Amino acid sequence: MSATLRQTPLHDAHVALGARMVPFAGWDMPVQYEGVIPEHLAVRTRAGAFDVSHMGQLHVDGPAAQAFLESVLSNDVDRVDDGGAQYTLLTNETGGIVDDLIVYRLSHGCFLLVVNAGNREVAYDWLKEREPRGVEVRDASEEYALVAVQGPSSLELLGLDEAPAFTHAMGEVAGVETMICRTGYTGEKGVELLCPAEDGVTLWNAVLDRGVAPCGLGARDTLRLEVCYPLHGNDITQETDAISAGLGWVCALDTEFTGADALRRVKEDGPERRLAAFVMEEKAIPRQGMAIAGGGEVTSGTHSPSLDVGIGMGYVPSASATADTELEIDVRGKPRRARVVAKPIYKKETH
Amino acid sequence: MAAEESYPDDLRYHPEHDWARVEGDEAVLGITWFAQDALGELVHFEAPEAGSTLRKDASYAEVESVKAVSDVIAPLSGEVLEVNQKVVDEPETVNEDPYGEGWLVRIRLGDAGEADALLDVGAYKAHVAEQ
Repeated sequence: MSATLRQTPLHDAHVALGARMVPFAGWDMPVQYEGVIPEHLAVRTRAGAFDVSHMGQLHVDGPAAQAFLESVLSNDVDRVDDGGAQYTLLTNETGGIVDDLIVYRLSHGCFLLVVNAGNREVAYDWLKEREPRGVEVRDASEEYALVAVQGPSSLELLGLDEAPAFTHAMGEVAGVETMICRTGYTGEKGVELLCPAEDGVTLWNAVLDRGVAPCGLGARDTLRLEVCYPLHGNDITQETDAISAGLGWVCALDTEFTGADALRRVKEDGPERRLAAFVMEEKAIPRQGMAIAGGGEVTSGTHSPSLDVGIGMGYVPSASATADTELEIDVRGKPRRARVVAKPIYKKETH
Repeated sequence: MAAEESYPDDLRYHPEHDWARVEGDEAVLGITWFAQDALGELVHFEAPEAGSTLRKDASYAEVESVKAVSDVIAPLSGEVLEVNQKVVDEPETVNEDPYGEGWLVRIRLGDAGEADALLDVGAYKAHVAEQ
């Protein structure tokens, strides 16, 4: 193992729990504890906790912070009130996706951006280079621990009340003062708890003491793929635009932001290819990089623990992106049939 | 539930974490506890076809967990007589019972002398300890 891997504040707690640790985006992270499948099912049926402290936290503050964010982020930041949050994209001039992130409005002129671990430096540099007078961008990632608690029983187990999705408030969980964010990456009810790094272990242990199952990045990936949340670096990159990726709903194309012109053109012309979700019709597991016949490529693939079948997403010609289209995926030299399905692949109410 | 770590005395082992139970001119093949533990719960067994030929030290099948795909290396050469359909249908059987219900294929040996080159349990355990 490389000595240069970074460790979250919860690292020793994971090792003590017997987690299998793997390198991820430069971090030594737990991929599983009991196993990907039981952890996945725990989140779908009850509650699971994830250490996501490797994600980046960027503060963007100042009298011009909102106007600045409106100019660099794809979604309408001006629709976010204090205590609100929004899924949005940091876009480049060609409409490509520098990162996908959640912006939290803390107060007037004070915003917190939670960015992907692998894009923390890229996103920070991107913002810092464009930072205008009256705005300060600060990477505060080292100051925080971030614990996601997700699943139908998560709020009950933590003693928290229901609250609308994409809101946040300060509160106490098991004696730890934390920012309680009604956000997540699993498709389930839940919270993401952002607390000072030094309180992270206390919070983590308290959450587990409530009967929440520790879950690794393996289950995090299968959960997000079942509900078709894109993963930056796989499904969306600086070379893929938001319209083709099916993220037009987070692009306020009636406003001006970096890449808005390019995205308006893609929308007007219709994208040549689209990010489609599919389910295997034969016993086989699609994997990132596999070719889809007719000029497509799998960007994410796995075995769905909820559906017990191979699932994935990939870019295909737009004409092939409609539900029920048959696809053929090259699984290590063998053609395997798949069928395009409407997103999300896993629909809560039908299971 | 996953099995406890074990390496039966009566098997011959390949360093790529495969086992063979030689019975006359036939052998039953599978993957070891170490191999299934490294992979995690199996969700797919890409089996060879009955009648196909295995070549010692070459891949003859694939096993997949949620996260990874792994080639299965033939510890011995031969012809596939039977594929374990239970593992095709329920791959997690390998995790539960890697040396029993979780066997992968039964073959007719191509070269009875090959088994002598495989590791005995002591040598394989020493090999695992180095991993």
